[in-house]
Amino acid sequence: MLQVNDLTVRYGDLTIVDHLNFTVEEGQWLMVAGPNGAGKSTMLNAVTQGTVYTGQVLFEGENMKKKKAAERARCVGVLMQNHFAEYAFSVEEVVALGRYSHAPGMRSRSRWYAGSDIGRGGGDDRAVEDALALTGMISQRKQSILTLSGGELQRTFLAQVFAQNPKLLLLDEPTNHLDLVYQKQVFELISQWLQTPGRAVISVVHDLSLAKAYGTKALLMNHGRAVACGSAEEILVSQYLDSVYRMDVAGWMRQMLGQWTE
Amino acid sequence: MRSRSDRFSFIELLIFAAVAFAVLCLCVCIGSVSISLADTLSVLWDGVKYQAGWTSAAPEGLQASIILSVRLPRVLCVAMTGAALALAGGAMQGLLKNPLADGSTLGVSSGAALGAVIAIALGIRFPGLPFAGTMVMAIVFAFLSLVLILTLAYRLDYSLATNTIILIGVIFSMFVSSLMNIIVTFAADRIQNITFWTMGSLQGASYQNALVLLGVLVIFGGIILRRAQELNAFAVSEDNARHIGVDVRRVKLVILITVSALIGVCVSIGGSIGFVGLVTPHIVRMLVGPNHRRLLPASLFGGAVFLMLADLAARTLLSPIELPIGVVTSLVGAVMFVVIFYRSRRRG
Repeated sequence: MLQVNDLTVRYGDLTIVDHLNFTVEEGQWLMVAGPNGAGKSTMLNAVTQGTVYTGQVLFEGENMKKKKAAERARCVGVLMQNHFAEYAFSVEEVVALGRYSHAPGMRSRSRWYAGSDIGRGGGDDRAVEDALALTGMISQRKQSILTLSGGELQRTFLAQVFAQNPKLLLLDEPTNHLDLVYQKQVFELISQWLQTPGRAVISVVHDLSLAKAYGTKALLMNHGRAVACGSAEEILVSQYLDSVYRMDVAGWMRQMLGQWTE
Repeated sequence: MRSRSDRFSFIELLIFAAVAFAVLCLCVCIGSVSISLADTLSVLWDGVKYQAGWTSAAPEGLQASIILSVRLPRVLCVAMTGAALALAGGAMQGLLKNPLADGSTLGVSSGAALGAVIAIALGIRFPGLPFAGTMVMAIVFAFLSLVLILTLAYRLDYSLATNTIILIGVIFSMFVSSLMNIIVTFAADRIQNITFWTMGSLQGASYQNALVLLGVLVIFGGIILRRAQELNAFAVSEDNARHIGVDVRRVKLVILITVSALIGVCVSIGGSIGFVGLVTPHIVRMLVGPNHRRLLPASLFGGAVFLMLADLAARTLLSPIELPIGVVTSLVGAVMFVVIFYRSRRRG
């Protein structure tokens, strides 16, 4: 589905992503792990054409660079880790924005005034309703996003990207500052979303346990380069992790978990 | 609270238009010579009939000439200037996700004024179009100022924090104002006094001005209103806009050009009238919410009402002395600026 060839991102003299290659196929959940500053988020940014890069990003064989913005958004959706709301949009309004790329319905609706709902795209409303229902935000649909908790805000944007209905979902540390309940919720929702054929997920994670539990494939990065790439079971092992993080990762994990045994 | 619909409903449109019309009538009635509402309306109606060719009798008398040749063109220009500035302000606040963005706070109005002053000082004219030279220069300078300010702001602080952009705007305004002062000093014989360019005035505005404003509002206002959904996305965040499929660079360019045109034309006709684009969308947002499909059309009417009332105050408060209109809007605007800034800081 997604093929990244020789991806390199440079900011001045700094090389953030260094000749990276990997692929993601339908049904896969690729976990991208590595220390801070390994270039993980920059790599995601390049995939969505948010930064200048060299190399190729192919989606179903087509160059992402050549696609129009709306077309790109129908292929790839993004859930960011932070959201800073400024204006009091309602949950519903934010989720409905997810339908933008599925114009022309959306664009004709952006007429500044219309007396009736005739001609309003029924499919758009449906997708928004489903996304609100799936993420459990129906009862708060009219609420201002300024009054939401961090977890609710993240679910609102998850609903937006569900409404957008991309084929590939990119997540940048989606549960970074969410409590355990929301972490579980978000990961369960995404794994449910992935059940539908024709979809794939790439997520940047710091929590290696989550990566092991949900990932089908893993990409371990350090200093902008791929240290290892393959199935999650093969990659997320001491052999690779210890050298990248320069510590006994598994030992630390066991020590942490050991506290919970009765 | 009543749940807000996605769009500006017909009823709301009627209410906003009715309020704007009522304020317009009020502003035409009141002045150094007060004219009763009934007389005003009858003179207006006679004028409409005469213009439409239903009757060959032009309205006559002192009242008719005060209303039709002095007050009406002025009030019409004030209303449309207010509408254009408010729309430009609303669009910038959405695009930059910054409730303090406005032609005056970003320094765009000063830039436009500088362009106009240069055009007058150098005598830049297009044959057949008396004020097109000033107008085009004002628009070009407004656009250049916007690009310069935003480029500087992005360089300093990619997230475009409120403080950075406002600070740059203020410094830019001061710099441009001093340039303008120099030019005005050297070409004093040709250029209106500096107060006009820094505080604005629509005294002596003509029907010709009103027609230009109307044309600009229809064309550029229309472009902005059609971008309401994209502005919503930008107001959530620019990254989010890109992720949902908005052609970020293109939309940004379109909005910046449109805003420059609106501000440039307003400045070349009425001088730089500050804070209209800051105050109006802020108040309107409290009434109809932040959705640009509702915010922008409501701001059109809101801006017209706000500036007509400000002009009325400027004409009547210290009568017979007339204040520059910008004095009134800046008094209100500066207070509002502090309120908005305080609120957004407390939340942040």
